Amino acid sequence: MFYREAGQFKTDYRSDMAVFPILQDRIAIGAILALMFIVVPLVANDFWLNTIFIPTLIFSLAAIGLNILTGYCGQLSLGTGGFMGVGAYSCYKLTSIFPDVNIIIHILASGFFAAGVGVIFGIPSLRIKGFYLAVATLASQFFLEWSFGRIPWLYNYNDSGAIDGVNRSLFGIALTEPYGTPAFQYLVVLSIVVFLTWIASNLVRGRYGRAWMAVRDMDIAAELIGIKLLRTKLLAFAISSYYAGVAGAMMVFLSLGSAEVEVFDIFNASFPILFMVIIGGLGSLIGSFMGAAFITVLPILIRGAPSLFGFEIHAATGEHVQLMMVGGLIIFFLIVEPHGLARLWQIAKQKLRLWPFPY
Amino acid sequence: MKLAKLTLGIAVGAMASTGIAMTSAPGAYAAETLYIPLLTYRTGAYAGSGTPVANGMHDYLTMLNERDGGIGGIKITIEECETGYKASKGVECYESTKGKGALVYNPYSTGITLQLIPKAPEDKIPVLSMGYGLSAAAVGEKFPWTFNAPATYWGQASAIIKYIKAQEKGALKGKKIGFIYLDVGYGREPLPIFEALSKEMGFTFIKIPVAGKEMQNQSSQWLQVRKHRPDWMIMWGWGSMNPTAIKEAAKIKFPMDKFIGVWWSGGDDDARPAGKAAIGYKSVNFHGTGANYPAMQDIIKHVVSKGKSQVKDVSKVGENLYNRGVMNSVVMAEAIRNAQKITGKKNITGEDMRKGLETLNITAARLKEIGLEGFTNPMKITCNDHSGGHPMYIQKWNGKNWERASDWITPMKDKVRALLEAAANKYVADKKGWKTQKCS
Repeated sequence: MFYREAGQFKTDYRSDMAVFPILQDRIAIGAILALMFIVVPLVANDFWLNTIFIPTLIFSLAAIGLNILTGYCGQLSLGTGGFMGVGAYSCYKLTSIFPDVNIIIHILASGFFAAGVGVIFGIPSLRIKGFYLAVATLASQFFLEWSFGRIPWLYNYNDSGAIDGVNRSLFGIALTEPYGTPAFQYLVVLSIVVFLTWIASNLVRGRYGRAWMAVRDMDIAAELIGIKLLRTKLLAFAISSYYAGVAGAMMVFLSLGSAEVEVFDIFNASFPILFMVIIGGLGSLIGSFMGAAFITVLPILIRGAPSLFGFEIHAATGEHVQLMMVGGLIIFFLIVEPHGLARLWQIAKQKLRLWPFPY
Repeated sequence: MKLAKLTLGIAVGAMASTGIAMTSAPGAYAAETLYIPLLTYRTGAYAGSGTPVANGMHDYLTMLNERDGGIGGIKITIEECETGYKASKGVECYESTKGKGALVYNPYSTGITLQLIPKAPEDKIPVLSMGYGLSAAAVGEKFPWTFNAPATYWGQASAIIKYIKAQEKGALKGKKIGFIYLDVGYGREPLPIFEALSKEMGFTFIKIPVAGKEMQNQSSQWLQVRKHRPDWMIMWGWGSMNPTAIKEAAKIKFPMDKFIGVWWSGGDDDARPAGKAAIGYKSVNFHGTGANYPAMQDIIKHVVSKGKSQVKDVSKVGENLYNRGVMNSVVMAEAIRNAQKITGKKNITGEDMRKGLETLNITAARLKEIGLEGFTNPMKITCNDHSGGHPMYIQKWNGKNWERASDWITPMKDKVRALLEAAANKYVADKKGWKTQKCS
């Protein structure tokens, strides 16, 4: 009834190729952006911003990065955490070497360091494929974790061995954790994520995205039609790591406030982000957001659920229940919809087209 | 098809419930209560150490509620939040509890402590990292909101060296001291002081890191120990690293009486699994073990035997790490009392709590009053010294429980303080607008 595209005619190629060809989609995306930019900062309290919205957005960005590499280009990677760490540590070094430069520039620039490291570790991808590549990226993860812990220059020789937040402001307002207000941090994170998502959506629709998908679907065929494998794969590694690096830098400076190596290790970063991509849907940007929301929000909801209904369970019991339920739900969603939440969203849209009179 | 519909339904339902949950934000507690959030971990690889501490903290506070009706006539609201020793979870716990009028945080993880230290002055809630965390936080002028009494890791490290020196009849020159540590912020924390002391006293210092992932498999580390043949071994371990190290040490027949653990490596469940081989293993401590104190008996009477504790077996009361938790709660409770006395208010805030901690003075007489005579050395915190550098002692595992093996050892305060101040200045140096205070 509401979601019907009948009567919307495309008269030129431009409108035919638009990101959102249907009017209702354009309205919806505008409404969602307005909701996220205006309503959420006004309504949500610090807890919601700090533990749900900001981490979800940051993980979404990292998931988009991994999705470019794994979902679009077909290169399985377990090194996301390490690349996030490169972003975070290089941002930390940049802020201490150039203290007067705007923090946003530092955050966006730190992604380039991650991209460089990503390219180096992406070189083996020309010869190694599939699971074997996953193992090779695992090596990069371990190597990077090792260097974050053992090269004191990276954390400015701090006695604690951790990188801790620096006080930086934007437009004269304190921004970085813990000095800034959550609402302001949220808006900055949201702006960066929206901007980079917009770039990614154009990238994957354009020439590079098509080349990635060709490589993913069959690399020999792609090579035969003139796609240079090395360049295409390395570009995917570079862009993917750039996104991960920016996400890592934002995680330290706009969310956590300080970080040890542990934050970027395989169980806290690489695996969860891979799960986000798989559950959200390989090769889908909206799926990256859905997967990130699923993995970060669900545990908090499950833990909060008992007190919402007025009965108390012990914190540790809640933790066990939550672990079991999240695991169960992951399996459930993967069984009923192996293509992820994004596919589910697509089915919902299809059904909505015919609603309320399906045939 | 049905299954797909069900999935869709679940997804829609989940979104709707998120909406409901969003509108019902967590509210503050009723005004008349002392709200203490406990960041604990009873799950994960560190649960073995985290559980007894959590039990001790929880039970002492519950006992005050049951026996005295709280502190100063106001009940304590205790809320545990499970961190699993993970920094990100710790911050989540912090964010979800700070709005409810939290008085103080006990992170029980150096990683979480490091994240809370800069947040504390912003949110005006003190951090009590009792005998762990950032050593430099002892400098009260630079860290008004962080407390790490009774002693810092650096103080403790210096006390261990002092003890070893006494055992070696005053000569450490040419001796080899090995240091096996958990390779995270916590384990690396004492390195600067050990390195400084090794230069000064002329002993060789051998670093043997254990990564968190390989805590339960330390054979390569102990192979290194065998190769270097150190005269003494010092351990900075936590969780399942401790029992593993003790077992490995026994396997290579390292003399147990020359193996000293930090006070976090002194759990009963750390030494017990190695059986007879662990007899003689030493660790540092700053409070008594066993349940032979009136206050501990009150815990058993009012809490444990009434089934109000997570502890089901009374013999667990009085274990070393359980008592550590009790000690932590004693410091909190005494600080609350002190804050109530200074401010004249019954219902205190985080800011009052900070004042209460800063002027805390637990005398021997006061310890007797609360039923813990001789449980610990009297403790005094001042504005410029938030740790106090209080004395500690070495204890020995006899196969069943811990027994005292030394007198009170005072850390090398003069040496440690200079290093602490340098470290504090360095921490503050690159932080614009860091809030310090002046101490008269």
